[in-house]
Amino acid sequence: MTDAPLDPRERSSIIRDSLGVGVATGAYGVGFGAVSVASGLSVAQTCALSFLVFTGASQFALVGVIAAGGAPISGALTAMLLGTRNTLYGLRLAPLLAWRGWRRVLGAHVLIDESTAMSVTRDTTAAARLGFLTTGVSIFVLWNLATLAGAVAGNAIGDPRTYGLDAAVGAAFLALLWPRLKGRRNQLIAAAAAVVALATVPLVPAGVPVLAAAAVALLAGVLTKDELQESAP
Amino acid sequence: MIWAAIIATGVGCYLLKLAGLSVPPRVLERPLVERVADYIPVALLAALIAVQVFSDGHSLSIDARALGLGVAVVLLLLRAPFLVVVFGAALVAALFRLLF
Repeated sequence: MTDAPLDPRERSSIIRDSLGVGVATGAYGVGFGAVSVASGLSVAQTCALSFLVFTGASQFALVGVIAAGGAPISGALTAMLLGTRNTLYGLRLAPLLAWRGWRRVLGAHVLIDESTAMSVTRDTTAAARLGFLTTGVSIFVLWNLATLAGAVAGNAIGDPRTYGLDAAVGAAFLALLWPRLKGRRNQLIAAAAAVVALATVPLVPAGVPVLAAAAVALLAGVLTKDELQESAP
Repeated sequence: MIWAAIIATGVGCYLLKLAGLSVPPRVLERPLVERVADYIPVALLAALIAVQVFSDGHSLSIDARALGLGVAVVLLLLRAPFLVVVFGAALVAALFRLLF
């Protein structure tokens, strides 16, 4: 990796691709805003989640656990467990982005799936930073605006069940899970986790079944051999 | 309580991101850690779907939400965009409740 400046064509290509991803992803915020107020959070709480947490799956998880009647602390733990994947993204990106001090402190907030995807494949630090920031910042701005729009609209329509918004929560989780269901191993883990969660629903307080399912991931990690070698370059 | 959970989640998720950019890679780059980190989203999202759709907090249940999930599966197989999947599931569940 070098510090060579970008040529103008590569620069505009990275910006165009990143903004495309940013607009497409930011629009999901409408779905989050509507689902969150349907789960019983206020508009202010919904907007605070998008601003402060800013990692979609974790936000959906927190409101999903609360919607199911779980304790907010169970929701927070589930959200943080889902947030651990951003730590691994950070490990991959740290040498590429090569940020120190306040740049790293600020940049960390927009470290999410999409900003990682749009920067991790770049050859130079300049290209990686441009892809990361253009994607991350455009999603941050649009995600927060769209959250507000979705929350206000969701709040205005009354009982969310009439509009099937409680069914939208499961659909949103499935759409987030879908791309990860390609391999047989992940399919088995997903099935086992769903069974564990449903089996424990009658036994433990709401919210805990989802945390119990995390044990499936731990067990699968211990029991399986490394398959990451195959995909490594 | 909800505000406390929001603040805690915000701080926790931010520190997880910052840790990734700050911790020396050798501390966390082990095969077991990477596998478990890959599996956690799969297990948690699957559990969230199951609990969200097939329970009402303390007991198992089946209603229009299950139909919504089925619609989501079909839309995902058809490669529909995220918002179409989410609101398509909601629309069908709402229509079902309206009609039955």
